[in-house]
Amino acid sequence: MTFLLVLLSLILIVIITIQIGKVTELAAKIRGEEEMQESVNKRQGVYMMVFMIAFLLLSAWSAYKYKFHYLGYGPWKASSAHGQQIDTMFDLTLVITGIVFVITQILLFYYAWRYSGRRSGKALFFPHNTNLEIVWTAIPAVVMAFLVIKGLDAWNEIMADVDPKEDYLEVEATGFQFAWALRYPGADGQLGEKNYKMINGSNPLGQNWLDEKNVDDFHADELVLPVGKKVRVRITSKDVLHNFYLPHFRVKMDAIPGIPTYFVFTPTVTTDSMRMRLKQYPEYNVPADPNDPESKLKWEVFDYELACAELCGNSHFAMRKTVRIVDEVEYMQWQAKQKSYYLSNVRWTEDDPNKDKLFGSEIEERKEQFQEALDTALTTGKKTVQFNYVTFATGSDKLTGVSRYELDNLVNAMKENKALRIALNGHTDDVGDPAGNLTLSQKRATAVYNYLKSKGVATERLSSQGYGQTQPVVPNDSDENRAKNRRTEFRVVAQ
Amino acid sequence: MATVDIKSPKTQEEQLIETLGFDDHFHDHHEGDKYRSNFINTYVFSMDHKIIAKQFLITGMIWALIGAMMSLVFRLQLGFPEESMAWLKPVLGKWIIINPETGMGTLSQDFYYALVTMHGTILVFFVLTAGLSGTFSNLLIPLQLGARDMASPFLNMLSYWFFFMSSLVMMYSLFLSTGPFSGGWTAYPPLSALPQASSGSGTGMTLWILSLTLFVVSVLLGGINYITTVLNLRTKGMSLWRMPLTIWAFFVTAIIGLLSFPVLVSGFLLLMFDRGMGTSFYLSEIFVGGQALDHVGGSPILYQHLFWFLGHPEVYIIILPAMGLVSEVLSVQSRKPIFGYKAMVFSILAIAFLSFIVWAHHMFMSGVNPFISNFFVVFTLIIAVPSAVKVFNWITTLYGGNIRFNAASMFAIGFVSMFISGGLTGIFLGNSAIDIQQHDTYFVVAHFHIVMGIAAFFGMFAGIYNWFPKMYGRFMNETLGKIHFWGTIIGAYAIFWPMHYIGMAGVPRRYYKFDTFTSFSQFDDMNKFITIAAIITFSFQVLFVVNFFYSIWKGKKVTTQNPWGATTLEWTTPIRPGHGNWEGKLPTVQRWAYDYGKDGKEFVTQVTPMAEGEVSGDDH
Repeated sequence: MTFLLVLLSLILIVIITIQIGKVTELAAKIRGEEEMQESVNKRQGVYMMVFMIAFLLLSAWSAYKYKFHYLGYGPWKASSAHGQQIDTMFDLTLVITGIVFVITQILLFYYAWRYSGRRSGKALFFPHNTNLEIVWTAIPAVVMAFLVIKGLDAWNEIMADVDPKEDYLEVEATGFQFAWALRYPGADGQLGEKNYKMINGSNPLGQNWLDEKNVDDFHADELVLPVGKKVRVRITSKDVLHNFYLPHFRVKMDAIPGIPTYFVFTPTVTTDSMRMRLKQYPEYNVPADPNDPESKLKWEVFDYELACAELCGNSHFAMRKTVRIVDEVEYMQWQAKQKSYYLSNVRWTEDDPNKDKLFGSEIEERKEQFQEALDTALTTGKKTVQFNYVTFATGSDKLTGVSRYELDNLVNAMKENKALRIALNGHTDDVGDPAGNLTLSQKRATAVYNYLKSKGVATERLSSQGYGQTQPVVPNDSDENRAKNRRTEFRVVAQ
Repeated sequence: MATVDIKSPKTQEEQLIETLGFDDHFHDHHEGDKYRSNFINTYVFSMDHKIIAKQFLITGMIWALIGAMMSLVFRLQLGFPEESMAWLKPVLGKWIIINPETGMGTLSQDFYYALVTMHGTILVFFVLTAGLSGTFSNLLIPLQLGARDMASPFLNMLSYWFFFMSSLVMMYSLFLSTGPFSGGWTAYPPLSALPQASSGSGTGMTLWILSLTLFVVSVLLGGINYITTVLNLRTKGMSLWRMPLTIWAFFVTAIIGLLSFPVLVSGFLLLMFDRGMGTSFYLSEIFVGGQALDHVGGSPILYQHLFWFLGHPEVYIIILPAMGLVSEVLSVQSRKPIFGYKAMVFSILAIAFLSFIVWAHHMFMSGVNPFISNFFVVFTLIIAVPSAVKVFNWITTLYGGNIRFNAASMFAIGFVSMFISGGLTGIFLGNSAIDIQQHDTYFVVAHFHIVMGIAAFFGMFAGIYNWFPKMYGRFMNETLGKIHFWGTIIGAYAIFWPMHYIGMAGVPRRYYKFDTFTSFSQFDDMNKFITIAAIITFSFQVLFVVNFFYSIWKGKKVTTQNPWGATTLEWTTPIRPGHGNWEGKLPTVQRWAYDYGKDGKEFVTQVTPMAEGEVSGDDH
């Protein structure tokens, strides 16, 4: 029914318009073609003028109404060092093109009105004028040369890569369907290698864990950057083209699978100062959620944003990440809180290819732990220290690779403290044959003994003894407790 | 046909042709018209360039309506994302997803991108290349050069039918269950190469490439024909410097097309290899759909180079014919010679040359070496110079004129206004430093729609209103034409002017909705306004279509041979020319094409011999 009504009214509209058309044709017949044409010319010429004036006024009005969207003006000033250059170029071009726009549009419509046809009118025969043509070829050429030189000057400065010697922070943004992954270099300041073939559930970016530079790299949920520091964003993609786009910072660069790109910029305004800047404008002092007058004000919830600006599939529009610019101190605090992706998600899992070695931070950490335990043993009555990280292959007395780090700590302690003498003790849980357990624990204690000996600790400072399952530290009533009872330890005999 | 039933006394032009014309004995060989023996080869598989022109035009109009309606659907999504689209379910079927609880219908994201992609492809290739250049090159090249037909009428016919096949394939792809291609009209890989990345990149993309390859064949067949015809079939006296600017524009357009379209096909070919044969021209180190692909060493940037090597000249393939039409219409309707004819020709040549060395300005932010961009910035901004010359010349053509206001001249004036507005924003985007911020924002959308979308349409409308009498022997209705003009120019500015502000605020194009980002979601009202403006503007185009078809059968009849008082040869033919265009001898050309208002005469046709001691118009 509605369909029929719509169809009927459409047909009606068509008939009406055709009738309007017919009426004027009839009028032309009555009044004579030429006279009719002259009045049409007059009328349409006036319309042209009216259109021009309305068009220019509306342009001016809208330019004023949307003034806050002009680059480099009010709240829409770039928040990066190079962005200010871009804003200046934009505004300069706007002024030049604006002048040309107004002059040419006025001339076009003014001439249309001024020279609208009269029956008696004669057109001027004016096929060309060399001087005029030279002038209006030369003027655009000079203006363009000016814009090109200024533009390229800015462009080459903006696009220059960092000098490896200068102080900068490198972060990596990886686009994928449909989000950005952000990776920071961690304490070493260097991003580790990656390889797309290594991407899997526990390794979303395909970082190569054999590259030690990856060990401290951390992933972040938001792009946090220190103000005033030069940042080099390494931009990569996992699947299709994306574009790393930070509108407030005038940063934009494609992310291409297989070809890393970069953009270097220096943020100059922290998120907090930006909020303070926006607070000055009444437009930002309204509730952020128009349906909820109680909600926070627009300037209060302002955040810089990271977007995608290259069509990448059906959720291209949703690749948002918050960007937070903070001062140096806050950045250091934030960085300190971030956890290495490798150490917290991959380390000691089955995907970890580095189970036989420790990395700098781990070595340091364990050295401290060991030193603390040893100090406690030396200064209090508790003379026994358990090796937390000395392990053996299942059922054997073969020391695993990583055991050496803790034993080396002990070696170093014994080299420093010449008076230190220790007894090495092996223990097992209650699983299996007690006699076998006794032998195994003896063998394991001996293995440690031999290791220490091989590192140059005098044998008279050492002894070793296996106790099997006879000295549990906790009852053998759960897997957890049994694990605690399987241990190798040493007792300080003299110091 | 109506060629014989008008028995008016011979016009001055006909007499001139009879005395001065060149007798090629065409009618001795062709027994009236051997190509038009029945309905099928008169109207369907016609080899008459005038019929082929109409075929291109009407096919282009159908596509324009489809493309425009697609844009309305995605404009509804952008302007009114909260409104239910359930009412579109009968048309769009599964692409409208109905929420079973609320009954709310939402446009599928995949289909939104398919609409955006198809809108671009259809408008750029099918409407503004085939519909514009195909129509008017076919119609005007033989008529204005004094030729019986194209150099090869058969290839000309093939050119249309390849376009038709291309249209069928594209149309078919709209109905695929995985949807038509949805990776943007530029079809950048890897998105366009990997069905895992986008459902439209499967069969949809295969058909898209097939369709466009057929289309390129059509363009090449047409282009070879246009070039050969212009070079070899000009009538006696029609030196290159006496050709109307329309012909210069079509001629140069055909050369650009011939040189650039094959590069596009080579780009597509490599893409097909990557898609189907496991090569790695464009693909490298991709992890998609939970799987690491074997492709290594390719570069998506290579595709972009190949694509834009066509893609940039393509915008001139679109706009140059419009410029040619507008130059001619402005001159005829203001009763004045086009100002600076030679400067206009040299501008066309300069723009054509430069169009080949600016392609990478589409790629400033795509990861090409920034140093290379320097050259492209320089050449890009140089294009502003010949463009500015053309604008100044058009304006000066109006100066001192005796302008006849009709739909044709008004659209020509509107074209100049649009070309200024859209051209100036190109100066921002061509400057790479500014492009860092403006690239792929709504500023770009505003720029190219105004300068090559709307402007090209205005040129096309000017051409249709101006040459409709030649095509159908009737006028289009003037009043409706003027309503169409005012509705369109106001509507087009209302749609695209606000987009400059949206773009300046950094809002990216090709977003399904904006509320994910606070920075981009501040334009709800403006987006609503744009959508409403688009719907209203579209309704004015429907008015045009009604006027067009109504006028074919019911329009006011043309009763004089040269209704506009034009100088060019097409107005020396019978009112409804048959195949072969001139009934007797071919006209010979005695002067340039722009003797309007010269020596006190309102106009002097090109077949009129120079008077004793008369100075040629272009040497004045």
